[in-house]
Amino acid sequence: MKISGSGMVIEALQKEGVKVMYGYPGGAIMNVYDEIYKYKFKHILTRHEQAAIHAADGYARASGEVGVAIVTSGPGFTNAITGLATAYTDSVPMVVISGQVPITMIGTDAFQEIDAVGISRPCVKHNYLVKDVKDLPRILKEAFYIARSGRPGPVHVDIPKDVSAQIGMFEYPQEISLKTYKPHTKGSLKQIKKAIEAISRAKKPILYLGGGIINSGASDLVREFAKLTGIPAVETLMARGVLGDKNPLLLGMLGMHGNYASNMAMSEADLMIALGPRFDDRVTGRLDEFAKHAKIIHVDIDPSSIGKLVDIDYPIVGDLSNVVTQMLDLAKDKINPVDYEGWRALLKRYDEIHPLGYDNNSDKLKPQWVIQRVGEILGEKAVISTDVGQHQMWTAQFYPFSYPRQFITSGGLGTMGFGFPAAMGAAEAKPDKVSINITGDGSILMNIQELMTSVEHKIPVINIILNNNYLGMVRQWQTFFYDKRYAETDLSTQPDFVKLSESFGGIGYRVETKEEFDKALQDAIKQKKVAMIDVVVDRLENVLPMVPAGGTLYNMMLEYKDQS
Amino acid sequence: MNEIRKVISVIVINEDGVLSRISGLFAGRGYNIESLTVAPIPESEYSRFTIVTNGSPRVLEQITKQLHKLIPTYKVIETQDVVEKEMALVKIPLEGNLSGLDAILKGYNGIVANSTTDSLILMAVDDSNRISNFLKIIKKFKPTEIVRGGSVSMEK
Repeated sequence: MKISGSGMVIEALQKEGVKVMYGYPGGAIMNVYDEIYKYKFKHILTRHEQAAIHAADGYARASGEVGVAIVTSGPGFTNAITGLATAYTDSVPMVVISGQVPITMIGTDAFQEIDAVGISRPCVKHNYLVKDVKDLPRILKEAFYIARSGRPGPVHVDIPKDVSAQIGMFEYPQEISLKTYKPHTKGSLKQIKKAIEAISRAKKPILYLGGGIINSGASDLVREFAKLTGIPAVETLMARGVLGDKNPLLLGMLGMHGNYASNMAMSEADLMIALGPRFDDRVTGRLDEFAKHAKIIHVDIDPSSIGKLVDIDYPIVGDLSNVVTQMLDLAKDKINPVDYEGWRALLKRYDEIHPLGYDNNSDKLKPQWVIQRVGEILGEKAVISTDVGQHQMWTAQFYPFSYPRQFITSGGLGTMGFGFPAAMGAAEAKPDKVSINITGDGSILMNIQELMTSVEHKIPVINIILNNNYLGMVRQWQTFFYDKRYAETDLSTQPDFVKLSESFGGIGYRVETKEEFDKALQDAIKQKKVAMIDVVVDRLENVLPMVPAGGTLYNMMLEYKDQS
Repeated sequence: MNEIRKVISVIVINEDGVLSRISGLFAGRGYNIESLTVAPIPESEYSRFTIVTNGSPRVLEQITKQLHKLIPTYKVIETQDVVEKEMALVKIPLEGNLSGLDAILKGYNGIVANSTTDSLILMAVDDSNRISNFLKIIKKFKPTEIVRGGSVSMEK
């Protein structure tokens, strides 16, 4: 079939099973938009390119499918970069298509020209500048394959305007094999056997669960492995929901704002079984003190993730679904959960001594209560997105996540403004769930224009603003480490969020008490419209425990008493 | 940790932007490049990079893994059992006493590559550290310009 380059884009998207794309048109991408119009392809017009990428990202994280976004050249593309970097850091599969000035004009500083592949190179898994329409079907096929295979990530395809106009043969490859790209998916059996031997010898093993489990779809297998072996577990921010909140083996989240038992378990363990984490500095604290008594098994599909920061005793490169299946087989006769009874009892004791908590008797509304309350009211019926800051950490600590892909958050890059558009994508991916964005009064204003998108496309995202009139996390660091010099973190000058939402055609609530919050949330769920619940919370609440940056996990700040 | 010098060869698909993928990787992650040479491999779709770098063992392992992670990378060769050679060109003025030049050139596989009425261009091909020595010794002829080619290597 002979069609234009633009037609090829839409044909390829259909062949890849793409149901929706997010984007924003402009000069260099108009040819493709013309085909979107003719094909009636489902497209959601965000009001900023950054939001288009985050929405596709949220869709991908919630569904496990490849998210797709489309933008124009120049400023359209530079706006997309934060979104690409966010997805790359968190290993989210996406294909982002950008328009480019015609090939004949590349290099002439043409209108809206920028070296897009040059800019995106460090922010994506791979990228392409399409120079001939005959390469386009193959490139699109490769882009989807690379995005979803191995360690997933975003792939960027830059299409000059004359290429999208060119007519060419469209034959979409069925199969694909790249000579230079072959992810290792099967773990070495020899290594896995050694790892199981090490587990059977360990007295205090700990499962360190990372986001790779969710990417691999291995949560059920990991739950089974934990149950079979009786080994207690900690989750990273990206792994929340893997074991499920009610799992007795789950100690909680570890790291800078991890709970006491999780961080102590890591510090005292004699064997760490790391499944798909990446030893982020927000998890490890000071590296030479991190889990220093533990031998380490590390399973990851990305060889460069293994041994990057910490020496690994038992490296296993492979897809977690395959490796954990093999581990289960071998563990059956080798590992007895009774062996770890004392270890589990000790960790339980730690949790009893210093549980996660907050002062719920205060007359001020506590942000942690709000999150717990959303959990009580919606529980598994919600898919939860967040922005970045205190509210994000409280959500990770206090929401009862019960399944993978329930929690959508910018972990690695820490992108404020991510939550609202990501929640729009999650709403599209999971129409039977309530899409909640828990956010702060700082973050929400970074993509506030998406109220318009949500109103136009009837996307019922409920934004819960934990409003403390501060850029809260930075304010907390200023309190602890900068002698309360609150440089540029007081956000007392604010819009009326209720009127703001209403002016776009959404709904808004301002609440100051528990009763008002309950009423507002119930009403927003019922109305099925984009909503803002502006919750006035205790201004000076801190996220605790806290391991100061570069500190050791076992030296947690458990409480903060204001001396002044 | 001790810094170790390492020669890494990378075979990549010879396509647009591949040089910038590799140099960008080194720049972005703060790895050192002592020298980098690249040319297409004859009668193939590949190019060969020879990169001389240095770093701690952990960093060197990461460099290898990160290079391998690039999609167009076919092979990363990190064996140190290689023949490594480098070329240098040196321009010296044709004035004063040039005695001893012949012996030095002989010692470093060197020749006179070009001569004009007022200058000579010398060329030497040898191990990289010997090229460094050559450039030290040749200083006494007051070179006006020096070009080092960067290492190329081949496994034994």
